[in-house]
Amino acid sequence: MLQEEKKEVQPPQIEGMANSFSRRKFFGIMGGAGAAIAVAAASCRKATPMHNNSGVDLGSGDTGILNYAYALEQLEAAFYTQVIKTPFSGINDMEMAYLKDIRDHEIAHREFFKAALSSKAIQDLEVNFSKIDFTIRDSVLGTAMAFEDLGVSAYNGAGSLITNPDYLTIAGKIVSVEARHAAWVRDMVKAGSFAAMDVVDMNGLDQAKKPDEVLTIASAFLKTKINASNLPTS
Amino acid sequence: MNLQNIFSEIEKTDPEVYDRLDTRRNAMKAFAKTSGRIAIASIPFALGSMFQKAYSSPTAPTDIIFDTLNFALTLEYLESNFYIKAVSSGIIPSGNALTALTQIRDHEDEHVKFLTTAIKAAGGTPVSFTADNFDFTAGGAFGNVFSDYGTLLAVAQIFEDTGVRAYKGQAPNLISNNDYLTAALQIHSVEARHAAHLREMRQAAGFLVPSGVTVKPWITLNQSGIGTSAVQASYDGEENVMQAGVTITNIGGMDISAAAASEAFDEPLSKDEILAIVKPFIKG
Repeated sequence: MLQEEKKEVQPPQIEGMANSFSRRKFFGIMGGAGAAIAVAAASCRKATPMHNNSGVDLGSGDTGILNYAYALEQLEAAFYTQVIKTPFSGINDMEMAYLKDIRDHEIAHREFFKAALSSKAIQDLEVNFSKIDFTIRDSVLGTAMAFEDLGVSAYNGAGSLITNPDYLTIAGKIVSVEARHAAWVRDMVKAGSFAAMDVVDMNGLDQAKKPDEVLTIASAFLKTKINASNLPTS
Repeated sequence: MNLQNIFSEIEKTDPEVYDRLDTRRNAMKAFAKTSGRIAIASIPFALGSMFQKAYSSPTAPTDIIFDTLNFALTLEYLESNFYIKAVSSGIIPSGNALTALTQIRDHEDEHVKFLTTAIKAAGGTPVSFTADNFDFTAGGAFGNVFSDYGTLLAVAQIFEDTGVRAYKGQAPNLISNNDYLTAALQIHSVEARHAAHLREMRQAAGFLVPSGVTVKPWITLNQSGIGTSAVQASYDGEENVMQAGVTITNIGGMDISAAAASEAFDEPLSKDEILAIVKPFIKG
């Protein structure tokens, strides 16, 4: 199950984005890693979903979805743990306090899923943060923004894959906290961008992404390969 | 979405589809008639409604779904009308504050339109309200809501935090229908973004009661930072640190305070609890 399979992720396609000046400008504000996630996200509609049968199997049914959430929370918790361990240059008191809060929330989410899944929980994942410069504010906050928006879209997209109403409520309890994080981080990156048009559409709806799309983006930050092939699709 | 492809696929699996739907041309025409007036994101609902007439679908909207969507629509009308008055009150400082409240106003209006369209498209009857149906002073509890900026932001915060709890509580009622559930979740997280931003605005402006309390973008214990017990029902229960039988405080040997444990999970409220909270704002 853990055999290595050398299969590279496709490079992000950026066609269709080149003539969007405001978006480019917006990405310019974000750090490199955050921009990379955003571009990967935007190109994802065209990318072939990864049907990778090697790697850590998330499992099937509601357990699979909970493990999927557990994987994302592991990624976020690891990121903020590093952010607090090596604060970026010029961090102010409020940023430090709120980023610590967010770290604690993500750790609480991670540990909750680990406890709830018990023997069905996937292993600890190894992360790859080589694209993030933790000393630079833009890089850290840009990545944080991308992770939070991705998390919101992941929970929104996973809700319909859950069959147990109690698990749906748990996911709902977490996603609105991720949205609060996203709003604050976005405001730190660019004042007033808490619900800007790159995340909220013309109907006032936030994004919703399916696991394939989310994991394609998240995999750039994970050394451990994830196998989502047994997850429910509807 | 390519409608012709959808019809072609259906033809393959059910050659008699046009006996059920008349003809392909008429089906397209009937659909175009509705879809010309509706938002793109509502098209799945409109399509669903059309085919529901031809097939009795297990995911057809039920009374509980229509009731839930109309409940959501009622709250969106409340918010939308509130922000229309707020933005035109003249007391919101121009610049970032006015821009933010204008954007939130527009989102709430979009939610009203989206839910109305979705309910209609599925064959239901949407509720409808006007500004005259609401009393934003809540019977005098917030008498200066449109003349005092601090009160205005406090009421906005209550509406958003309460809205988040309302959608969260209703999600299980939509579990049988993926489209409605996903749309409701997509609104839910936007309300949470609004709530976070309004809380930032109140903290930055120093409008918090009791003085010294911190209102962060996330909800700490059951604190509102608002100096009237009239709002407490919107926050009670948020201090919960037990999730699905698991204690979150210091979970897994990690240093997680009760405050952080409460912040990490937002809590739902039932329809009755929400109705009790918004009742003072609805006339009659």
